[in-house]
Amino acid sequence: MAKQENLFDKMMSIDRRVIYLLLGLAVIVPAIFPFDVPVATTPEVESVFHFVDSLGTGDYLFLGVDYDPSTMAELHPMTKAILSQCFSQDVKVIITALSQNGPGMVESIINEIADQYGAKNHIDYCFLGYKPYPGIVVLNMGVNFKLTFPNDYYGASLDTIPVMQGIKNYTECAGVIDVCAGNIADMWIQFGNGRYGVPLALGVTGVMASDYYPYLQSGQIFGLMPGMKGAAEYESLSGYKTTGIRSMAYQTSTHVIILAFIIISNIGWFLSRKEEKKIG
Amino acid sequence: MKKSLPLGIVFFAGVVMFFQHFIPTDQSEFIYKYANDWLICIGVYAMLLGIWSLIRVTLHKARHDPNERFYAIVTLVSMGIMIVAGWDVDNLRAGSLFMNMFNYILIPVQATIFSLLAFYVASAAYRAFRARTVLATLLLFTAFVVMLRMIPLGYISELNQYLVAWILSVPNLAAKRAIIMGVGLGMMATSIKIILGIERQYLGGD
Repeated sequence: MAKQENLFDKMMSIDRRVIYLLLGLAVIVPAIFPFDVPVATTPEVESVFHFVDSLGTGDYLFLGVDYDPSTMAELHPMTKAILSQCFSQDVKVIITALSQNGPGMVESIINEIADQYGAKNHIDYCFLGYKPYPGIVVLNMGVNFKLTFPNDYYGASLDTIPVMQGIKNYTECAGVIDVCAGNIADMWIQFGNGRYGVPLALGVTGVMASDYYPYLQSGQIFGLMPGMKGAAEYESLSGYKTTGIRSMAYQTSTHVIILAFIIISNIGWFLSRKEEKKIG
Repeated sequence: MKKSLPLGIVFFAGVVMFFQHFIPTDQSEFIYKYANDWLICIGVYAMLLGIWSLIRVTLHKARHDPNERFYAIVTLVSMGIMIVAGWDVDNLRAGSLFMNMFNYILIPVQATIFSLLAFYVASAAYRAFRARTVLATLLLFTAFVVMLRMIPLGYISELNQYLVAWILSVPNLAAKRAIIMGVGLGMMATSIKIILGIERQYLGGD
């Protein structure tokens, strides 16, 4: 009897180092022996894909890259997939980075994706850069890009940039997609969509996703890409398969480990309670 | 004067910007743009203040706290190097010293720190998600179902997807919407209190 109680107690109090070790292995093993995970798409991601897919030559898309390196694992893949889809369809892209480390994020992918499709800076896309106070920046860009960004990130005047001719503010873009890891998405909902009525879609981290479903149902955003799963779905739809799809293997294995530990802990809990009742 | 002047400015600016929103004229639009420019200027000066504050606090630690001295020096030296490396616009391009430090130091550091969370979350989930009460069981079930969508289980996954969609768009949405509305009303109430001078904490507390 005592032996059984010990076992149940052990099931409920596994050393955290064991959990850390198994979780580490759950990440390392799929990296060494990769495997494919089938990705089922959801309507909220499909609507973002179909929106970008409907754009054609000469259309403008505004892309907000508002995240830092801490969340790049989740958000970089979707930014890459959207950019590649835009460049492959000859859609003009205007990019801002309203998070402090955002410019580095844009710099680390823009050249790579642009080179793949032969897209040229100032001709096919324009990176406006970073300015503090995202709420004010979003408000100003709804009136005129030049209010906040008289020059682009590289110091060129917007008046001299070909892709910026004939477009005054983001309401003249087909829509805004904000890939975001903080409350900048709220600014886009309140001011970009609320005040200026621009069609808006969001790419957010997994933990943020549940916060933005109300806006999806109310129609304030037309699409939502939640975390790495959202990125993998977008990659699967667009055919630009990179780290999003590959990372689903890690995501799956780590979730299996976490769920297994939760099950073990609850079995231990129920059996120990049963034993306690038996003993009286 | 020390208090009445800021209160007067806040009252004037608050009332003007409130009515500006409902007046669709060029003059009103000019006030709006002008106020936004001011806000960005204030933001830039606040950043300078933040840098100055960081230097002061870190210098104090470097001088007076032997345990923190090393980290304080690393902070100051790192900040100095990044400021110098990123001073010129040309240094912000890919391949520059600034971007190399960003790509090969800052990105791995931030990504590593953030990825440590996965280990803590796993350990916390194991200890917290236990069916002790009805509410805890409900939480456990919901978390289990939502996490299960990450695992491909064929037909079960298809069914689970509908369940997850329902959880996110019905109970989750109802709770979130209530919170959002509550926060919105709270923000409005606080704004009115600040404009009317009832809330004065921002002046340094009364």
